[in-house]
This record gives sequence, C-alpha cells and structure tokens, in this order.
Amino acid sequence: MARSDAVWSEQGTTPDAIEAALRDLLIQRHAENDKYVPARVLNMIAFVDREWSGEIANRLRAVGRYTPSRLLVLAYEPRRERLDARVTIVSEGDPAPGEFGLLRETVIVELGHRHLDDLLTIADPLVVTDLPTLLWSPHGHHDIVEMLLALSQAVLVDSIDEPVWRDAIDRACKLTKQAYLVDLAWLRSTPWRERVAASFHPPLRRPELRAIERLTIRHHPDSTVSAMLFAGWLASRLGWTPSPLVPRGEALLGKAHASRQDVTLQLEAAPALQVRGLEGLTLRTASGRELSLDRGPGGLQASSRDARGAERRWRIPGASRGEGGILGEGIRQALLRDPTYVPALDAAQAMLP
Amino acid sequence: MAVAVGRPTPQPEAENPLTEGLERIPVAPTTLVIFGATGDLARRKLLPALYNLAHDGALPERFHLVGVARKEKAHEDYRKECEEAIRRFSRRPPDPDVLKILLENVKYVPGTFEDDSVYSELSKLLDGFEEKAGEPVNRAFYLATDPSFFGVIVEALGRSGLARHERSEVRVIIEKPFGTTLEEARELNRRVLAIFDETQVFRIDHYLGKETVQNMMAFRFANGMFEPLWNRNYIDYVQITAAEDIGIGSRAGYYDGSGALRDLIQNHMLQLLCHVAMEPPVSFTAEEVRNEKVKVLEAIPEPTPQEIPKIADRGQYTRGHAGGEDVPGYLEEEGVPEGSITETYAALRLEVDNWRWAGVPFYLRTGKRLARKLTEIVVTLKPVPHLAFSQAGSLGVQPNQLVLTIQPNEGVSLSLVAKIPGTRMAIRPVIMEFLYGTAFLSQSPEAYERLITDAMRGDATLFTRNDEIEAQWRICDPIVKFWASTKDGLADYEAGSQGPKEAELLLHEGHHWRAI
Repeated sequence: MARSDAVWSEQGTTPDAIEAALRDLLIQRHAENDKYVPARVLNMIAFVDREWSGEIANRLRAVGRYTPSRLLVLAYEPRRERLDARVTIVSEGDPAPGEFGLLRETVIVELGHRHLDDLLTIADPLVVTDLPTLLWSPHGHHDIVEMLLALSQAVLVDSIDEPVWRDAIDRACKLTKQAYLVDLAWLRSTPWRERVAASFHPPLRRPELRAIERLTIRHHPDSTVSAMLFAGWLASRLGWTPSPLVPRGEALLGKAHASRQDVTLQLEAAPALQVRGLEGLTLRTASGRELSLDRGPGGLQASSRDARGAERRWRIPGASRGEGGILGEGIRQALLRDPTYVPALDAAQAMLP
Repeated sequence: MAVAVGRPTPQPEAENPLTEGLERIPVAPTTLVIFGATGDLARRKLLPALYNLAHDGALPERFHLVGVARKEKAHEDYRKECEEAIRRFSRRPPDPDVLKILLENVKYVPGTFEDDSVYSELSKLLDGFEEKAGEPVNRAFYLATDPSFFGVIVEALGRSGLARHERSEVRVIIEKPFGTTLEEARELNRRVLAIFDETQVFRIDHYLGKETVQNMMAFRFANGMFEPLWNRNYIDYVQITAAEDIGIGSRAGYYDGSGALRDLIQNHMLQLLCHVAMEPPVSFTAEEVRNEKVKVLEAIPEPTPQEIPKIADRGQYTRGHAGGEDVPGYLEEEGVPEGSITETYAALRLEVDNWRWAGVPFYLRTGKRLARKLTEIVVTLKPVPHLAFSQAGSLGVQPNQLVLTIQPNEGVSLSLVAKIPGTRMAIRPVIMEFLYGTAFLSQSPEAYERLITDAMRGDATLFTRNDEIEAQWRICDPIVKFWASTKDGLADYEAGSQGPKEAELLLHEGHHWRAI
C-alpha cells in the first residue's frame, strides 16, 4: 500500500503555529477523503540529541504497528537559537472502499539550550489532550525527563543503556515513584518469565516452586539489569528475601532466603551472545529436579533432569521479537499496567552489590 | 431440555504466583488431535492459527499435533501439507525456524472415523508423548469433520477409553453446525454427554472468538452511561444485520442443505442478540455468562406455524450486479439443485419476553449477495416526546441510534441531532463516531487463535453450552420446518440489493431497516 504524507514546515516558528498547522493538515486530509481519521491512542514525546535523531527515527520505524498516534520529537542541538518545526501526517495509502484510513502525526521540533527553560510550554500544546503520553529520552538528559514528567503518564527507559547498571536500577526505582515506568530491560525478560510460569503451571509442578534452591541466569554482558530483574521477579513472586550479590569474575553470586531453604543465585555473563537480553537460565529444586531454558533458533531449547538423573530435551517455538519488536512492545506497554515490575525492581535493588 | 451437567467441583489448586501480571496465562502441556485434518477448516483456519500461536510463543510448553483423516499418508507427507497450508493461509509470513519446531511435533494417523484401530493407534501415540514428556499431557480432540461424524467420533473415543485420562484433562472441541434441527442437536448432545461431561465439551461458535463480540460486554457493562437506557422504557427496537456481498461460491453442497437461517441466525446472530439483551452476569466466568445468555434465549417464545409468516421472511438472490460485475442468481450457481427453495436471505422479528425487553422487537436479518459486507447491531431509541422548536428547515430528524459495528470497521457510533449553523433553529442528525482501529495499537487476534487457546486452557466462556444450543434451535427449528414445507413466501431479490422488499412487512409501524 502506498504511503501518503502531508507535510508542513517552518523555520523560526512557535508552538501555536505548529499546533495550528496540525489542525489545518488534518482538516485538509479529511477534506481530501472523509474516510481519513486520526489515530487517537497515545502521545509519545522523544527528547533526542539532534545529531542522533536519524538513528532514533530508524528505530521508531522498526516498531511496526505499535506506532504512537502522535509522535513529538524534540531534537536538541545545544547552540541552536531558532525553533524550527516539521509536521508530517501519514496514512498508509488510500482507504479501501468501506474501510477507513488511519492518520498518524509526527512533529519534529528542533530546539537549543535557550529553549530548555520553556520546554514544557513548547511541548504541552503539541500533545493531544486526554490521551496518555509516553516520554522517552534515549540519550540520557535525566534533567529533561524530570522537567517533562508533568506532561507524561509513562516513561520509557532502557536500563541496559545506562553506563553503570547499578545506577540504572537506582534510577528506575526513583522514577517509579513519579510515573509508570516501562523498562525495555524488563520486557526483554518477558518470554522467559512466561515460560518459567508455564513450566510450573501444571498443578503437579506448582509445589516445586517453593522448593527452588538454585537459580542461574546467563545473560548478554550488557544485560545484567535484565538478569537482575528476572531474579527480582522470582524473588518477589515467591516471597524470597534476597541479599546483596557479590561479584566474582564475570558472575554475580548471592543468596536469597526462602521459607523452606536458601536459594543460591548466580548471574553469569555470556560473552558469545549476539543479542541483548538473556541467553538462558537453570532452576534446580530441592528434590534434585533441574530445568534449563536456552535461547535457540525459532524458540527455546528446554531440558530437564529429574531426581534420578533422567534427562529430557525438547524445543519450544517462539519467534524472536528483535530490538524493533521490543521497542514496539515498550510503546504498547505504556497503555497497560504490570503490577509485578515494581516489586521485581525493589527486589533487584536489594540484590545490588 | 438438557441441563448443564458438571463433574464434582474440583478442589481448588494452589495458585501459581508466577502468572500474576502476565498477559498470557499459561496453557498446560497438550496434545491436539484434529479429526478432519486435511479438510478446508484445518488448512485455512486451524493450522495457521496454531502457527501464529507458536510464533507468539503462546503454545503450551509441550505441544503435539496429531492429524486424523481418511487418506493413507506418512507423517512426513502430512507435515508437508501443514507447511503448505500455513505458508498459504497464515496472517503473517512464517518464520522458518519456528515452523520447523512446530512441525517436528506433528504426526498423522490415517483411517476412517468408525474404525477402532484408528483410536488404538491414536492411544499409542498419545501415551508415547506422555512417556517422552515424563508428565501428564492434556488431550484435546478437535472435531473438524463433516457434522455427520461428530457422534461417531465421540462414541469411538468413549469405546477406546480416550474420553478420560488419569491425571490429565481430556477435552473435545466440536465445530458447527451442532445439529441441523432441534432433534438432531438434542440427539448429538445426548451422544456427546453419554461419553463426556459438559465441562469437557467445547462447542465452537467462532463469532464468540471475535474481539468485537467480546467488546460488547465491556461496552455495556463497563460504561455507566448506557445501562440506565438499556431497556424497554428508552429503546424502541433493535436491529441486527449480518450481510455478505459475496454469493455461495463453491459451497453449494453445504449451503443448499443449510440456508441463511441455519448458517448464521441460529448460531452467530442469536449470540449477538444474547449479548445485547443479557443481564449483567455476577462474574465473567463461563457458567455465569452462559447462564445469562440462556435466560435470554428462554425468554424468546417459540414461534407457532400461524405466527411464522408474520415474523419471518426469506428470499433468494437472482441475477444482478455486485462489485461492478454481473453475477449469477442462486439457482444459476454451480452445484445448486434445480428448483431449490433454500433461502439465501432470512429476516426475523423476535420478542424477548422479560421485564427489561417486553414489547421491544429484535429484528434479525442476514443474506448473501447483499449490497455490501456488514455486521452491525443498531439500537434505536424512542423519539423525544416533543420538539420544542419548529422543524422548518430541518433535515430528517430521527430518533437517536446507537450503532455497534462488528465488521468491517469495528466501532461504535451514535446519531445525535445538532443545530445547523445559521440564524434559524434548524436541526439535522450528526454522527459521533468511535472506531476501535483508531484507539488501540494492538491488532485483534484471529478468532481461532483465541478459541483454540481457551479450549486447551479449559475456559468455556466463549463456547456454547448444551442448553444454550438447544434453546437456539428451539427458536429456529419451527421456522426451518415451516419453510421446508412450502415454497410460499420465498421472495426474489436482485443480487447487490438490500434484500427482498417483503422484509419490510416484518417491521412495526415507524420502524425501518437501516440501509446496508
């Protein structure tokens, strides 16, 4: 289907003029074809360094159908004096007979250091009132995030991107007190959480959850936070009291106190893993049963060993979402609420060395 | 009348604390056996649905698929057929690695459905899967065959001891049509429930798997503004339309024995009516929701032969134009018997005789080769008692209508009356419209993906219960029989039109069919 764009741009503009241009473009598109309707799902504000804005645009293009209905990109260039803007209203081709055509709006505002004090008044008129707003600042700028929190109901972060992973967990804990936080590091662990939940879901297996005595997580060297969050999730769901982990070589080791026994925790970096996130995990119960899940082509490789040493191996299908898919999932999650993230994060914070 | 029969309530199991917050509730290890594994339904719907569940990581941790059909073929040949069907009909291009994992757990058992050796072969396979898994694996038997085999297969499953299994759940999923008359439905229920408990039986009505139909409950029971108006005091009439612009295509063999009433009204459209008319359930559990739907069906009087000509209308499409092309009439379609009196259009006026709805007509209509494809529910409110200002210069002041569109553009619209800009107090109807597609990022899953998962999980909310299906037939059966007995009242309508003009006669004074 051919893409059809309506574009407006102006140099040395104002938020009022941008907002008026948005309204005019929508009226124009509707006049061209009354089957064009604007999507009204989610505002997303992305505060980005202008020199990297192309890379961010590429990442957002890869999210597929989970595109925000209005995207406001604040492209920052410290020495810029003038406010320039470009508005694009996109529809994925002409509506078929009997169908409607969805319009999505992108507003790119280029601004400089001198505009930062007034940033709230620049962004505010450009988000759709009454829609939830997701804030994303992929290049750091924590002070800007603080400033724009007043406009946002959710904040998107990727704790893996923080230079120091310990700081990432502390910062996430702080942000969760101010807004709903969507952490891509947490979403990278979703398929693993689903599979572990499923493994212990049959009624005969559920009692074994209380008998877990060892958890080993293998992760990409950059994805310690994902591994911490996964361990924090199990700890918070199963009522473990974790203690700080201790670094030993490429691994983090520690204990969590469970009602029946202590649980040994081991988080190991897997340098060979090509993609960010988890590579695999192994759970062992007091009865001697061991369950391992490992990333493989087209899904997970599962293996189990029972108390008598009998081994079984099988494969569980599931396509990799890729980095684009994970970012898209982060955008979608801004409209949902996961009650298990904050307890997992708190438990991960308790495990910080 | 059949009643819901259940096994003794099982002792509550300890909750799985890991499922909290997960969007997908885990499904226990399952083997799905498809009877009619090489048929159209399996190829077009079931196999692509299974692939998409695999792609999303939504299949059980251990999953096996066994196809059963008449033709002799090797496992590997059946896997190739599955692959081809998935490549052709999946809603997304398959990932080769995911497809490979899915297909490595596929087996095939050839044989006729009456043949006991098929079931012993099946039994060996299922036991083998469990042995390999080292734990109980649930069993789900999906009957996607010609309906004449439903009873045969169920009884063979019973004879071979496959209807129960120690430590694991056994379920049977039965496609529509569930009988073609009330007697057949009762007889099939009797045969099925002689082998399985009602809690093991999942009767498919794929409309219930559509996100839009489920949305209706959210719309009615999660928005305080509608429920106070949702009764005979404010609602004048309700109209439910399921129109198709296509003809019968290559389905003459099935369609001519069925007709519009049995094809759509007896199941899907009565389900829609139930969703409009039901009381709020105490909870959204399978039993509570289905109890409320059965109450609605039981409040609809069974039509008598004297009433039928006044409350039911039928038609058959003739040559006409559709999509800018000349199209043949029903009797000219390939495979349709000469002189067939099968209706391709059916319209009914039903009453729901209860406190909430007494006196409110529910008009249902469905047909092939109508002006366009559309499924909608229109709730027309009573007119205001008095217009305080002159209507001079006003355009078509109409009572408010709430339109719930199921397809193609899922959404809700409300017609309101507004002042036309200018110096005079002239008014005209305007539309306040909400389109689901504009307000959600996610796409609705295919109905079969949802239904297969629910059946494997044992959640029967979106499936039809035995008493529900018999209550549906109790309403439609007298009409089916009456229409079969006479050609009188079978009106012609031109392909591409709004349907037969005679359908207007069903409407009470002041009521109108909404343009399709």
